[in-house]
Amino acid sequence: MNRLSWFNTVSLTLGFAFLYIPMIILIIFSFNESKLVTVWAGFSTKWYGELLQNEAFLDAAWVTIRVAVFSSTLATILGTAAAYVLVRSGRFFGRTLFSGMIYAPLVMPEVITGLSLLLLFIGIGLDRGILTIVLAHTTFSMCFVSVVVSSRLITFDRSLEEAALDLGCSPAQAFRLVTLPIIAPAVISGWLLAFTLSLDDLVIASFTSGPSATTLPIKIFSAVRLGVSPEINALSTIMIAVVTVGVIAASLVTKRAMVRQRQDELAAARTE
Amino acid sequence: MRRAVLIAIPYVWLLALFLVPFFIVLKISLSDTALAIPPYTPTLDLSAGWAGIKDFFSQLDLENYVWLTEDDLYWKAYLSSVKIALISTFFTLLVGYPIAYGMARAPQEWRPTLMMLVILPFWTSFLIRVYAWMGILSNEGYLNQILLWTGIISTPLTILNTSTAVYIGIVYTYLPFMILPIYSALERMDGSLIEAAEDLGCSRLQAFWLVTIPLSKPGIIAGCFLVMIPVIGEFVIPSLLGGSGTLMIGKVLWEEFFSNRDWPVASAVAIVLLLILVIPIVLFQRNQQKQAEAEG
Repeated sequence: MNRLSWFNTVSLTLGFAFLYIPMIILIIFSFNESKLVTVWAGFSTKWYGELLQNEAFLDAAWVTIRVAVFSSTLATILGTAAAYVLVRSGRFFGRTLFSGMIYAPLVMPEVITGLSLLLLFIGIGLDRGILTIVLAHTTFSMCFVSVVVSSRLITFDRSLEEAALDLGCSPAQAFRLVTLPIIAPAVISGWLLAFTLSLDDLVIASFTSGPSATTLPIKIFSAVRLGVSPEINALSTIMIAVVTVGVIAASLVTKRAMVRQRQDELAAARTE
Repeated sequence: MRRAVLIAIPYVWLLALFLVPFFIVLKISLSDTALAIPPYTPTLDLSAGWAGIKDFFSQLDLENYVWLTEDDLYWKAYLSSVKIALISTFFTLLVGYPIAYGMARAPQEWRPTLMMLVILPFWTSFLIRVYAWMGILSNEGYLNQILLWTGIISTPLTILNTSTAVYIGIVYTYLPFMILPIYSALERMDGSLIEAAEDLGCSRLQAFWLVTIPLSKPGIIAGCFLVMIPVIGEFVIPSLLGGSGTLMIGKVLWEEFFSNRDWPVASAVAIVLLLILVIPIVLFQRNQQKQAEAEG
């Protein structure tokens, strides 16, 4: 069936309109001259200008980016190690508990994760700030990374690793030269996922941050509680633009990698 | 040796930052509220030795849990969270299924683009997607402006700060979780099965009901769990779009902790919420396992 029936055309059009119209409205009204967000009063970029002069937002953005970079990098390392352990290490003491601890945070309500970590930090007397947010974000995003990476490790052909070992590689070398390049796309998408989860998180950050460190979502949330504002529209537009460019770039890169891989396979098939 | 280190690092991390905090919550839920910092007693005094430990355990009680059953705010909030989760999951399915179906029937070369269009909102900030609806649904919002302008209504509708707004917000933000599993089930489906059903005398609707729906059932079940489980503990949507009439337990827990500063009760609320969530999570896990076995 190559042509869409009218029913499918209608449902796709309505569906995507529902998904995108709210964000399009938000973007359009970020260029609104008027302070009254629901009345159009002409085109202006003044809210972007005001946003760039708003120290509090800029500080929060800087904190958020630092937290996201640190926590996603740590989460990628820990999550990849955890995936490797789950897929490759066979049986060891407490394996069930370990896999339980990997999967439980994925479905744990954020309010509970946030509350429990805050109580821990207070219990051990750790001052709340950037460090505590990084620890909290690393903990829940490493589980997402490990799910992404382990799904790649499962489909991975182990004989390649064994061949490297037979040819004289040490286990560390085999991992670095054979395993890592093959699972790299999954590791990178795990990192991206951890990064966006950290950028996006409001609830866990609210529990684990102190007065010294406010992240952008916390800032947005407290501003938004008072109602819709053109500055927040401008900020949202910037964030949507960054994510859109990022996602499209990532998908183009993976597509090109897939095409190249297919060409390599074809070339290999020809030489045989 | 190397293997032990590799296992130990993530293991210890998760023990310290996931399991231990969970037991702290459990412990504090059994403690008494106090006007101090930290605002609960008893605290474990290890320097007092065995007597300190015994003292600590003897002071724990179920008082906070009794309190949860006595004040009807809590059980109403639990019930209403579950109710909102069930109803909004149903609506998400109603909206998501036709989209997934349309995607699976779209020409092959469109599918990656359509797929990306579904995933893109998922990468966009959750907070911003909820916020976008505040401007649409408010009394002077875009929806009321359009309805007033077209003459469908003569006085603005109050939607923001009601349960309706919460339902709209949930359907909107969780839609990708519903679409993707259903789409992947429908895409794998063999189109000739529908043709066979029609050749054998089914009408299109019958074929859809008797063939397509049962074959997409795994996707439907997965999608429903993926929406329902997180919605039960949802905080952002009820606090931005809901009003005082929309009770959800995530919001109650937040307020208990940040506004009332009653840590023991907040912890007890968290433990009971977890107990409620265990049921759907276990069902979901079983279903996924069965699915994996059926495919493997």
